[in-house]
Amino acid sequence: MKGGWLRWIIPAAVVPVLVLLAYGFWTNPREIPSPLLGRPAAPFVLTTFDKAPLTLQDLRGKVVLINFWASWCIPACYDEAPALERTWLAYKDKGVMVIGVNVQDTEEPARKFLARFQHSFPNAPDPRGYVAVEYGVYGVPETFFIDRRGRVRFKHVGALTDETARKRLDSLLEEPS
Amino acid sequence: MIRLVLTVLAASALLSAEAPAAVPVDERVVHELAAQLRCVVCQTLSVADSPSETANQMRQIIRERLAAGETPEQVRQYFVQRYGEWILLAPPKEGFNLLVWVVPFVGLGAGLVLVVIVLRRWSRNPATVSSTPVDPAMRERIRREMSGGGHP
Repeated sequence: MKGGWLRWIIPAAVVPVLVLLAYGFWTNPREIPSPLLGRPAAPFVLTTFDKAPLTLQDLRGKVVLINFWASWCIPACYDEAPALERTWLAYKDKGVMVIGVNVQDTEEPARKFLARFQHSFPNAPDPRGYVAVEYGVYGVPETFFIDRRGRVRFKHVGALTDETARKRLDSLLEEPS
Repeated sequence: MIRLVLTVLAASALLSAEAPAAVPVDERVVHELAAQLRCVVCQTLSVADSPSETANQMRQIIRERLAAGETPEQVRQYFVQRYGEWILLAPPKEGFNLLVWVVPFVGLGAGLVLVVIVLRRWSRNPATVSSTPVDPAMRERIRREMSGGGHP
């Protein structure tokens, strides 16, 4: 057999590169696993748009949904906004707290956004980006689910739907407190 | 007036004694750290190079943590613990990540070896060609022409 092993060199070099490329195309680059899952949620103190203090530590014992958003985040933040309000209304009497954290934004458009979607759950700006960095936020919208013991349990990247919110909250509410 | 100045000085001394002393921050260290971190809202830019507001806030967090007395490695770990190793522009040289550092050199070495092997094969080939059998009639004709006994 003339050529011997040499004829296999090119496929041997090309196939792994193609496999790597295929893997790259099949995976979603936005789905970066958060190292925070299972770890205690970072405490924070913010002041809501209504000038009320908002402290995560005060919510221990509740399941908390923290949504990071911005008024310029089109369309994802606009798509999920009605679902967030519906989720809040459906779960606020079941031991769930929904919190909005407004990042990389200015006050006026953020207030317009809240007025447009009539959000009735607490929303607070994070003007220096501390809370966003504490939660490893790299884009908006991102939503974190905190269990009753104060641990980060799920992270959702992109627009949140009623179904995803319900599924996550129900599973955390089923857990013993 | 002197009493007022003394009171102000005493008050400021008291305040500075109560507040934790801020460590002077070397901007070169801030830049060096920021250059190792990926700007989370950009494509392939470091926190040092990005003009985005997020990168600006991250640089400020680096500055404040250094001022609070953290070492550059502690500040780096602060970001890694929140974003994962994804935040580092250069993956650490350990575990599975070693592949990223080793494979290019292995590939280069293998390529060089391949080039050497192929060149050696090519340089052997002329000998193979010359050993192919030649038609005896042609051989006789060449011999005659070389010895000058050809056409008149």
